[in-house]
This record gives sequence, structure tokens and C-alpha cells, in this order.
Amino acid sequence: MSTVTSQIEVPAGVTLPIYMDNHATSPLDSRVLEAMMPFLTNKFGNAASRNHSFGWEAEQAVEAAREQIAKLIGATAKEIIFTSGATESNNLAIKGIAEMYRERGNHIITQVTEHKAVLDTCKRLEKYGYRVTYLPVKADGLIDIEDLKRAIDDKTILVSIMYANNEIGVIQPIREIGKLCHEKGILFHTDAVQAVGKVPVNVIEDNIDVLSLSGHKIYGPKGVGALYVRRRNPRVQIAAQIDGGGHERGMRSGTLNVPGIVGLGAACEIARTEMDTEAAYLRGLRDRLQKQLESELDYIHINGSMEHRLPGNLNVSFVYVEGESLLMGINDVAVSSGSACTSATLEPSYVLKALGLGDDVAHSSIRFGLGRFNTQAEVDYVAAKVIDIVKKLRELSPLYEMVKEGIDLTKIEWQAH
Amino acid sequence: MAYSDKVVDHYNNPRNVGTLDKSSTEVGTGLVGAPECGDVMRLQIRVNPETQVIEEAKFKTFGCGSAIASSSLATEWIKGRTVNDALEIKNTDIVKELSLPPVKIHCSVLAEDAIRAAIGDWKKKNSVAETSAVAAEAK
Repeated sequence: MSTVTSQIEVPAGVTLPIYMDNHATSPLDSRVLEAMMPFLTNKFGNAASRNHSFGWEAEQAVEAAREQIAKLIGATAKEIIFTSGATESNNLAIKGIAEMYRERGNHIITQVTEHKAVLDTCKRLEKYGYRVTYLPVKADGLIDIEDLKRAIDDKTILVSIMYANNEIGVIQPIREIGKLCHEKGILFHTDAVQAVGKVPVNVIEDNIDVLSLSGHKIYGPKGVGALYVRRRNPRVQIAAQIDGGGHERGMRSGTLNVPGIVGLGAACEIARTEMDTEAAYLRGLRDRLQKQLESELDYIHINGSMEHRLPGNLNVSFVYVEGESLLMGINDVAVSSGSACTSATLEPSYVLKALGLGDDVAHSSIRFGLGRFNTQAEVDYVAAKVIDIVKKLRELSPLYEMVKEGIDLTKIEWQAH
Repeated sequence: MAYSDKVVDHYNNPRNVGTLDKSSTEVGTGLVGAPECGDVMRLQIRVNPETQVIEEAKFKTFGCGSAIASSSLATEWIKGRTVNDALEIKNTDIVKELSLPPVKIHCSVLAEDAIRAAIGDWKKKNSVAETSAVAAEAK
């Protein structure tokens, strides 16, 4: 009797379950928690309280964090606006610019593999009379800069293109996009949630006007993020989307989340000082994982450019094996899949589909998100386990058998259901 | 997503995985689903020509754990039944047995389709074999 249960031995020093889904969220770094603790306990002041020491120490901590964040991305502290996270930052950037620059134009350009926080925001704006162009991506996941040039017209006010993709880790040609936007006098926003702290991001060199970032993707706390809003060349104006006490230069009202902000600052500080060594480390782990998988398995497909990619990302389709069934076999490893069965909508990943992959390949994909706390022993265990389960599931796969027999699956009349 | 113990059991120890000789007149093959939908089931039966009893059933499935479990269970249930008896199995029986959640009901539907397709293939083959002696052809 065949069995799918894996008998791979757990190496010494590896504790199960293993977390390898760092694009979804990342564990809180203990150094970040340490920085936050005073502000979760006795330093509870409101940063907007101007007339006592509780308020002052909170404000001081917030301003120090603003510096730390600015420094990581080459901005100045005054250009950092605190939000509840990247979804809010993306909403504020796109809606705030659309509203503020409405008289200049109503055309926005974005691209198809953006996060839903950008796509759905753009869709809402379409209901309010804005025109949105969704650029396609090439098979490697990158946009074609010529497509962008062609899409720009005299009503274009904003280009919003993500820095790095959350599923396939592909890094867009940000600097070129920014340069083109500046030449045309168009504002450039980037959702840099996956890139900040992982690869060098510099708003001046990269020609970025507005940038979204988040705490929990960089070993900081959840519920806090920031928006960089350029103050010079050009001075970007954003219409507030939350009205109230006029905090954050009037762009985002609401009492500041002081412990969260302190944590975000500390996370940025650590990322800035450790980025080079960490990136090299993660790239080593990622390449090791890829090599092991490729040496043992046939019919595997790497999704997205390997050249322009985050160091910790590997997105692989194990063709002829369905992603959710693979996840079920490696249930002591936390990764994610682009399979429809793992999504609420029962649609396979729109990002993978945008690469021109067939739905069947999208159904077979696994995203490995390596992070700061992953070890080589974990990678070796995960690779061995995935290889084992993929082989077992392929023994179960009629498609794998047919392909091995030389049958062309595209010639079969499948009955879609 | 939490799976029922029975789904996990069938996933970990799938029953009757394998391939039968599809060119044999005693064998019926059902291939249902589509790769782009994320599930394909192939269910095969070997039927005793005298008694019309399904003596052997084999499956291979590309799909999620629930799809694998549904087809594995289907092979268990049809073995030992006559072809007409096997046609009585309904997808709702599979849903109940495996405690499938609503989003996984299509897996059970596919398993029922696979049973019907395999039996249909066997019936077609055998009427062809009886009347014209032309070699039956499976899909």
C-alpha cells in the first residue's frame, strides 16, 4: 500500500513547525520587542500631549523612530507619515493623490501583479471617474518600460508600481520608472512593503515620490506602517482620507501608535545595519533550497525572474502535483501556495496567471519565504520533506503518469467543471 | 483549513492507488476533471464479465487532499459491488463520510463522475465487444 506520510528525520537543532512564510508576516525580533516594552508599560503618554512629560517622552520616541525609518530609505524624518500598515499607506497614497490632483488629470497607471491594496483602491477610483491602466508583465514578472511610456498621456497624474512582488519576489525596474515619471512630471508611488529592509531602497536615487512600508514584514510589530511623502522636487500633496485632530501634518489623523512606531523604528534600524550580511545569508539559503529541489525533482518550474528578485524568495511550481495537497503533506512547514484550493475565491493566483502560466502550473506552486531566523538545517529538512512528498504525490498523479508515457496533456479534451 | 480525520487518513494511506490495463475489455476507465481546474481523477475498474461485479478498482488523482480522499473512498466503496450497484453511490454519501466542507463538495461530485465515467466506459466497451468484435478502445 502506498502512503503519503513522510518519514524524513528531523535534524538536531530544528524545531517543528518551521516558519518559512516570511512574505506573509515575520516574527517579531526580540530586540524590537525590547525597544517597545517601555512604551507598552509605563511610558504610555500620548505623543500629542504638549504640556507634560508623559507626552514629551512619547513624542521624542516617535521622532527618533521617524529618523530611523527615514534613514533606511534615504528620506528625511519630516517626510515620514505613520499609518496602521501598508494597506492604509497604499490607500492614502493613491486616493490622496487622486483627490489632490484631480484638476490636473484623472489617469492612473499601475500593473497587474500589484497587491490587492493597490488594485482594489484603483478599482474604486474607477467608479469615481478615474481611468486606470493596468500594465501587463512579461513572463519574468517585470513590466516593460516601453509599455509604461506608451500608457502615459496628458491626463496621467500617478504611476503606482510595487518595488518587489509578495508572491514571486520579483523586483521591478523602480529607478527607471521613477526617472521616466519625473521627466514627464508624473508622481510615482511604490508599494515597497516587501523590499524595504531586504534590498537597498533609496527614495532619492530611485526617484520615488511616495512609498508605502510596513512593520510586520521586517520583524517589527503588526498594525503599524508608514508612508514616505516627498517634500522637495516635487513637493507632494496628499488629501487626508481620515479626518480628525490633524496629526501627521494633517495627512493622517489619529492618536499615534507609540509602541508600534517605536518598534517600526527599531526594526528599520536593525534592517539598515544588518541588510548586507542578511541578504547574502538569505540568498545562500534560497540557492541551497533551489539546488536541492532541482537535483531531485523533474518538471519543476521557477516562477519569476531569478535575476531581479528578493534574496529570500523562491516560488516554485511542482508540475503535476496540486499545491494544497502538497501543503497537506508538509504540514509541519509553514509556506503558502498559489493553488485555488488555498484561496477563498477558488481562483488560482492572479500573479502567476499574469506571468502567462497555465492555471495548472499556478495550482502547483509553492512560495518559500526565507527570513532572518531560518537556518541551513531547516532548509535541508524542508527540501528533503518537499522532495519526498512531491515524489509520493506524483505516484498518485494521473497527469505525471500520462506525461511519463509520452501523452501530450494539451491534446486531451478535458471536461472543465 | 482543518481536515477531517478521515480525509487525513485517506490522504496519508490512499487505498487502491494504481493503474489497470486500459486496453482490456474487462477494464473501464474514467478520466474526469481538468488540470486547469486543479483536479483530475482517473478511476479504473475491472469487472467480472459473468457476474458484473467490480473485482478491482484503482485510482490516481491530481488534486487537493479532499479530492484524493474522495477518489480513494470511491474505490473502496465500489469494490465488490455490481456495476449497477456502484451507480447508486451519490456524491452526498461521500460528503457525509468524509465530512467535507462546502468548498470541497466539488471533490465529491468529481468522484461520483469518475465512477460513472469508468462504468460508462466499461459498458460501452462491452457492448462494442459483444456486437462487432472490434477491439475496444479506452480513452
